[in-house]
Amino acid sequence: MSLTASALAYGYRERVIGRDIALSLGRGEVLALLGPNGSGKTTLLKTLLGLLPARGGTLELENRPLAALSPPERARSLGYVPQAHAGTFAFTVEAVVLMGRSAHAGLFAAPSARDHAVASAMLERLGIARLAQRPYTEISGGERQLVLIARALAQEPAYIVLDEPTASLDFGNQGRVMQEIRRLAAEGLGVLFTTHDPNQALRHADRVMMIRDGQAIASGPAAELLTPQRLRQLYGVEIATIRDAAGQVAFLPG
Amino acid sequence: MRPSLLRGNAIALALLGLAILLAFGLGRFPVAPGDLARILWSGVSGQPSELSPQIETVIWNIRGPRVLAALLCGAALAVAGTAFQGLFRNPLVSPDILGASSGAALGAVLGIYLSLGIFAIQLAAFAGGLLAVGAVYAVGSTIRRGDPVLVLVLTGVVIGSLLGAGIGLVKYWADPYNQLPAMTFWLLGSLAGTDRSDLVPLLGPVLAGSAVLMALRWRMNAMSLPEEEARALGLRTGPLRLAIVAAATLVTAASVAAAGIIGWVGLVVPHLARFLVGPDFSRLLPTAAVLGGGYLLVIDTLARTAGPVETPLGILTAVIGTPFFIWLLASARGGWS
Repeated sequence: MSLTASALAYGYRERVIGRDIALSLGRGEVLALLGPNGSGKTTLLKTLLGLLPARGGTLELENRPLAALSPPERARSLGYVPQAHAGTFAFTVEAVVLMGRSAHAGLFAAPSARDHAVASAMLERLGIARLAQRPYTEISGGERQLVLIARALAQEPAYIVLDEPTASLDFGNQGRVMQEIRRLAAEGLGVLFTTHDPNQALRHADRVMMIRDGQAIASGPAAELLTPQRLRQLYGVEIATIRDAAGQVAFLPG
Repeated sequence: MRPSLLRGNAIALALLGLAILLAFGLGRFPVAPGDLARILWSGVSGQPSELSPQIETVIWNIRGPRVLAALLCGAALAVAGTAFQGLFRNPLVSPDILGASSGAALGAVLGIYLSLGIFAIQLAAFAGGLLAVGAVYAVGSTIRRGDPVLVLVLTGVVIGSLLGAGIGLVKYWADPYNQLPAMTFWLLGSLAGTDRSDLVPLLGPVLAGSAVLMALRWRMNAMSLPEEEARALGLRTGPLRLAIVAAATLVTAASVAAAGIIGWVGLVVPHLARFLVGPDFSRLLPTAAVLGGGYLLVIDTLARTAGPVETPLGILTAVIGTPFFIWLLASARGGWS
């Protein structure tokens, strides 16, 4: 049971961005994707979600080619949390989370009682039930990120893919989102997220994949892979390492 | 005031009722609400209404069809505008964004130029609207770079201005004493002279297109998200977009063919409806239809009664729509709500 890519090439029709990506995300596992700006992380995520066609290699979900799944089938297995944006219309938070039920409803169907129940449960679980009737355009960036996670969870997926889930969040919300990611994995979801913070990957991910210029330069268990040498190679700056008495490590750039 | 489904729809329906009473009550042959009720009852029950045949003729053959046409055109433009604002994720979009109105206008002025009959002119307008949007969609689909929605809008703008040039050319060719005034009149929009036979070609496409949009309104919320998010939520965005564009174009082309170019309704009414019931398309679309019908009916009643000669609808919708829109901009809660 996994989302598996081998020898995957990805990118656009006129320009392949990356190739030779081998990756496997199992249920209950957290995989962090690290890489400098412009390394092709988001494009890779979109390819893994089936939003962009693979440009080569194989991409399988539970041993079936991802491209063979219909959009609703895909959405019932893969949840996507994009980077939070303000949105055009002032939908209520509840309406936004209900959109996550699209793949479970018929083309002409109104949300069912179960759809409403799932949406409320997800809001409850992320601790934002009190926001249900607030306009999505009027809540904070951190709250929006939580709403988008609730929306992806409302899809009831087996895997969830988050694009820089903590990019615009304050310190406290960063912690909350990362704890939520651990909790999801503990409940059996496969989690893939991108981040610019190696410390987050070290602390919360089981495995890490480093990509640079569309190439996977290293991949393996977080604790083994995240060394100052590797990070220097990945980002091209000196890395300072801080180690406490208990042996916990943190990295500082520059 | 926060949006509310119950209160919002109560207000919309009350305005619609008031618009209908005003439309029958004002004009050269005023029809009192009681008479209107009596004659409708006689129509349903088959009993004689005991009103003068003159009033009966006014209601059944003159005022009635015109009222119904205004309601249908207004509802059609409002529903199409609402659907397009969602689909194009832009609250400044109106039903003519993909060239439906310019295409219909070119069809109509060509019809007038070729001295066709009134029915043929309407048919040319309807076909022109559909063809224009079809062309925009076909051209837009061949461009595979960038956001498909943005590509579609830009293609619509470009082809719309080409159609505008075509309209200008036909007007330049036209006989300035007979044809040009007819074209100008048509381009400004009017429901004058609507009779029962005009309702048939209007009713079918408006009801069919609106039914499709109403049926898809639950999916329109997610369709208003960025393309990739909508797809990640499991929506087949390509076929859905085609269905929404086709249905909205059908109702727009039919209403433009029947009443000429009436701007503003499809832009302003969705905002008003959003103000009343909130942006959720499942509630917004029905409310917009009710409000749009009532709004155009009020405008048309004004057009009939405000001056010694009929004022073109397009002029009135602009004169009323502009200050209204500015007020909306100034008072809207938190941006485009």
